Amino acid sequence: MDVALDRIGKSYGGTAVLREVTLDLPGGRVHGVVGENGAGKSTLARVLCGAVRPDSGRVTVDGAPVRLRAPRDALRHGIALVTQEGAIVPGLSVLDNVFLGTPHATRRRERFAALLDRTGFDLPAAARAGDLPLVQRQRTEILRALAHGARLLVLDEPTALLPRTDAALLLALARRLAADGTGIVLISHRLEEVLDGCDTVTVLRDGRHVSTAPAADRTAGGLLEEIAGRPVETRYPEPEPVPAGSPVLLEARELSRGDAVRGVSLRVRAGEIVGLAGLVGSGRTETLRLLFGADRRDSGEVRVAGRPLRARGGPAAAIALGMALVPESRAEHGLVLVRPTTENLRMTALPGRRPLRVVRRGAERRAAQATADGLGVRGTGLDRPAWTLSGGNQQRAVFGKWLVRRPRVLLADEPTRGVDVAAKAQIHRLVTDLAARGTAVLVASSEVEEVLGLAHRVLVMRGGAIAGECPRGAARAGDVLALAGLR
Amino acid sequence: MRTLRDHGVVVALAALVLALSLSTDTFLTKGNLVNLLDQAVVVGLLACGMTLCVVCGVFDLACGAVLAVSAVVAVIVTRSAGVPAGYAAGVATGALMGTATGLAVVLSRVHSFIATLALSIVYRGLAVVITGGAIVYPRAAQLDAFQMIGWPTALGGITAATLVLAGVAAAATVLLSATAFGRSVHAVGGNPEAARLSGIRTGPVRVAVFAASGACAGTAGLVMAARGGSAQPGIGNLLELTAIAAVVLGGTSILGGEGAVWRGMVGVLILTLISNGFNLLGWNPTYKQVIEGLLILSAVTLDQALRRRET
Repeated sequence: MDVALDRIGKSYGGTAVLREVTLDLPGGRVHGVVGENGAGKSTLARVLCGAVRPDSGRVTVDGAPVRLRAPRDALRHGIALVTQEGAIVPGLSVLDNVFLGTPHATRRRERFAALLDRTGFDLPAAARAGDLPLVQRQRTEILRALAHGARLLVLDEPTALLPRTDAALLLALARRLAADGTGIVLISHRLEEVLDGCDTVTVLRDGRHVSTAPAADRTAGGLLEEIAGRPVETRYPEPEPVPAGSPVLLEARELSRGDAVRGVSLRVRAGEIVGLAGLVGSGRTETLRLLFGADRRDSGEVRVAGRPLRARGGPAAAIALGMALVPESRAEHGLVLVRPTTENLRMTALPGRRPLRVVRRGAERRAAQATADGLGVRGTGLDRPAWTLSGGNQQRAVFGKWLVRRPRVLLADEPTRGVDVAAKAQIHRLVTDLAARGTAVLVASSEVEEVLGLAHRVLVMRGGAIAGECPRGAARAGDVLALAGLR
Repeated sequence: MRTLRDHGVVVALAALVLALSLSTDTFLTKGNLVNLLDQAVVVGLLACGMTLCVVCGVFDLACGAVLAVSAVVAVIVTRSAGVPAGYAAGVATGALMGTATGLAVVLSRVHSFIATLALSIVYRGLAVVITGGAIVYPRAAQLDAFQMIGWPTALGGITAATLVLAGVAAAATVLLSATAFGRSVHAVGGNPEAARLSGIRTGPVRVAVFAASGACAGTAGLVMAARGGSAQPGIGNLLELTAIAAVVLGGTSILGGEGAVWRGMVGVLILTLISNGFNLLGWNPTYKQVIEGLLILSAVTLDQALRRRET
């Protein structure tokens, strides 16, 4: 089945997110789609699967124009979307989820077994889907797409939240399905997997189609330049050496909470960047949240610049001592998306002694504008809700709201997850600059290269405890992953 | 499109006023307008507090019962300690009960909709316990002074109660739209976890909006008791739902994080105008509730449709 997009255009509130995009998606191939956040990749995927109706242009299947008014229409034409998190009904079993919405509900177990056989997945049919880990929820959604007889699978950043081994398995499956004649659209931020796994790679920028070419003819560097529209610095900035005798700003002793964090002790000095690596579920995020007081610790103590942090004080107490947390998920924990960007940038200035003081709009706006300019937050305007910003700009805003407080200790969890390459490089520079000016930085990331590239030393977590330490320059990704317990 | 979304409800209010002015001789008379505003006072006061709550992401279904307890307490204290003490006791009772509601919601961690629904039953029961189920009256000699909040003032005959509403609405507007506390209310309503991780203490913010809602309900109870010259445990029954309807009708987001006090006031005026229109036009009041309900539903539907178009 060959699907084609013909001059697709889509605008949201006057902002064009897709402009005249034309793209051929013949069956039996894996098509990679790359671009910055806000380049239009996800909107493209949602147009294909009928979740978004384009303002102009048309979609054709085998040359005939089709009307995709709802996901149901797309499914009828054999086009299915698979999301990052797995859109499943948590209260239903895996089996029920796989056959959700399929018209013929007969011989479900046989067909389920056949699907497992075809994909090589191992899923418990009777398990409650909501209890499954992320990988298996995503697999459930893939099985559902195949159960519907999908012949074009659109995978929207399927590997962003997966550990590397699971990501590799998913790519192998995509190749197998393509070999059977199914078309695959793979949207991804990871250039190496697009170059390895895809037949052709398409670059989108600012809603425009930039290029489509065989993956074999492309290089990561060339792709990066097309994505950004200019040469990009891909190397990590070299952090300033930590001055001798610089004081310990963050110290944790025997920090514990349930099974998630077990007896973590660490020290971060002024000007030092310490990385926190580990597999998914190793306790990185939980450790940062305990340090910040977002969760209550069962035992252990935390000191900021020598002063003890009360266990029951919550984030407010941690902030009062000069801590800041850039959380794992900017949408859930970082920003109030319905409020204007201005208010988000000024949010950390709200707690104070006089809650009834009047906030002057002009001053608030000027302060927010200064922060936004300093970080290069670009978007529809600071008075518009934060959800109108692209992912990279939202992440800049999350950093921005802390910078105004000049934190002594910065905790950053997945600081560049789901942001485009330009924003990523800028955030890395920002972290390095903060450290150079004397902030103690603890940065956790599922990207091993990122922590190795950024940090003076890397602590590797495994099963809620610190399994080892790697100094800068002495460790490779493989060493870290071995310490983390991979293979 | 944004202007239409933001101010569509004002257009609707203006259209109603225009329609009633053209179709009746009686609408644009001083007596009717004064009466109209006076009728909007009780729900208006509740809507001020409810707007703070809804923007903060919580519901206060107990405010109608708080109104009743406050009214009863105001009358009983008036009997024993005089009218000024009775007035103060009414407002204070409301604020205290609102604080108690807030503490119960925050400490129990039960969804505010359920927690305040349960508390409203408790508070109604409390009003019955205090009065023994009977109607309470101020002493005959106190009645005139007790009813002074319902009197016309020098300002064109507008009642004192209307001026009280104007004052409360102005204060609530400043509180919600111009203070650091108001910003926190928006943040807690829009995303409580992001607010907490930004150092905002979400518990005290929530307790404070319930306390404010209680104080508004106490004031509303005072107005109702003064108007009727008495109080009984059943007064203000289900008014909390009318207040929520007015708040939502005005365009405050039921999901929290977005809204304004003036929106609630416009919503209250629209509901009052419909009631007033039925009287003036001599329509059968049997259909009033059907129209009101349908209007609320269509207003919220239209609001959502406009929002979707914008996203």
